[in-house]
Parts: sequence; structure tokens; C-alpha cells
Amino acid sequence: MSLKLFISCDEATTICTKNQYKEATLMEKIKLNIHLLSCKICGLYSKQNVKLTEICNKHLQKPDCENKLSDEEKNALKEKLKGFNM
Amino acid sequence: MTEAKKHTLDPSKWVDSHSDYLFNYTITRVDSQELAKDIVQETFFSGLKAMKNFRGQAAERTWLISILKRKIIDHYRKINSARGKAEVKVNFYEEGDKKGSWIEERVPQQWGNEAEKNIENTELKGTLDGCIENLPEKYRTVFLLKNVQQYETEEICNELGITASNLWVIIHRARHQLRKCMEDNWFAK
Repeated sequence: MSLKLFISCDEATTICTKNQYKEATLMEKIKLNIHLLSCKICGLYSKQNVKLTEICNKHLQKPDCENKLSDEEKNALKEKLKGFNM
Repeated sequence: MTEAKKHTLDPSKWVDSHSDYLFNYTITRVDSQELAKDIVQETFFSGLKAMKNFRGQAAERTWLISILKRKIIDHYRKINSARGKAEVKVNFYEEGDKKGSWIEERVPQQWGNEAEKNIENTELKGTLDGCIENLPEKYRTVFLLKNVQQYETEEICNELGITASNLWVIIHRARHQLRKCMEDNWFAK
């Protein structure tokens, strides 16, 4: 683990992204927050990144509709599996 | 003392007991019904082949799902190597002296306030899908595995043969492009 506290915007936004998945380490979060104190651009990016996460959580959820295989499809599948057993 | 219950496999009931569940699981993770059907079928085949390795520690369905997950990743890996060659890399950061600082014209812009309320909007989903569709294949694969499938970081790394820092660089870039695309096509409008 690198001990430098001052990181580039690239590193800061990478940590911000990791944090969206709750996978940033404590040290990384500290570095990110130090960076955000002095960098407005990354501040804006972070805000938008959170928004992006919200949007993705909202719209990229798996559909709840029940998809079913038809009986014919199931029978066809059974036949194929039987053939395999031989 | 009672022994922990050992699970057993009964392939003759697989289709009736599990095919809908597996199909549902797959359809939300790949684009087409046909493909989902094929993957479910392959899963059953692989299951039959691997039956002797089943040690009864997991329930039948859990065991089948673990095979299925591998099949889905295989599918992603396939489209990855087929189409992922021409990768467009968009840089957001300077190289050289100012390495790691924002490139000026790529700096995020303020998003219109009105957009704030629009998270529920179904048109927004259309824009989002379009933006994801436009991501380079490799970025999209990893992004979707992480975001929609919610695979563990370690799981993705193992299966795709990449390191964790590799994975974060990919997701970072994917989200950068996604953010920019959403900004250009939704929030800035």
C-alpha cells in the first residue's frame, strides 16, 4: 500500500468508483477525502458518480417478470438429456 | 449424533424442477431467449458429465447454478475475444507533466437541475441502455457482470484472468464513458 496521501484526479476518481461498490479501503477513502478538499472537479465527478449508481440501481435491475419455458421446450430438453445418458 | 444431510442429484427431474429457474436466471443476464435456452441446455449437459464429482455438499439447484454461472461467463468471454479487439480508449486524464489531472475538455459539466427529478423516467432507461451498448465490449462485459449480475470482484477476476486492479481500471473507464455519455445525451439536454 502506498503511503502518499496526495493523489491524482485519476486515482481519486478510481477510488470513488470503487467506493460505489463499497470496496474502497479505509486508507483509500481517507486519500479520496483529502483530495476532494482541494479539487472541485473531482467533487462534481463524485456527486455525479453517486447519481450514476442510483440510476443504474434503479434501471439495471433484473426484470421481475417470470420467464418460463413452454412445455414443448421442456419436453424437447428432456429428450435431449435422455439421449445424452445413453 | 446426526450427520449433516447429504444432497443427492436426480437428473430425471432436472428439467421439471429447475429449468424455469435456470432459464429466468439466464434471461436476465444475456440478451436473447434463444441464447438463454442454449445456455440452460449446456448447463444440464455439463451437469450430467460432472455428476460423479458432486459431493453432496450443496443442494442440487445451487450446484446447477454454479455450473450455469460459469457458462454465462464463458459466453461473455467468447463475445469478448470475438469483438473486443477494436477497443476505443477515451482518455480523461493528462499524460506527461500533468499526468493524472483532468483533460480540460473532458471535465464533468454541471447537470441541469431538472434532470435531478427524472431518475424514475423510463426514457432515461433508454438512454442508459444506449450508452451501455456503446461501451467497448470489454468494458461493457465487466461492467455488466459487476452491476447487473453482481458477481464478486474475485469471481470476475478469476474467471476472466485479470487482476483486481485491472478490474477497477476497466470499471473506472467504463463508468467514465457512461457518465460522459449520459451527460451528453441526457443531463445536458
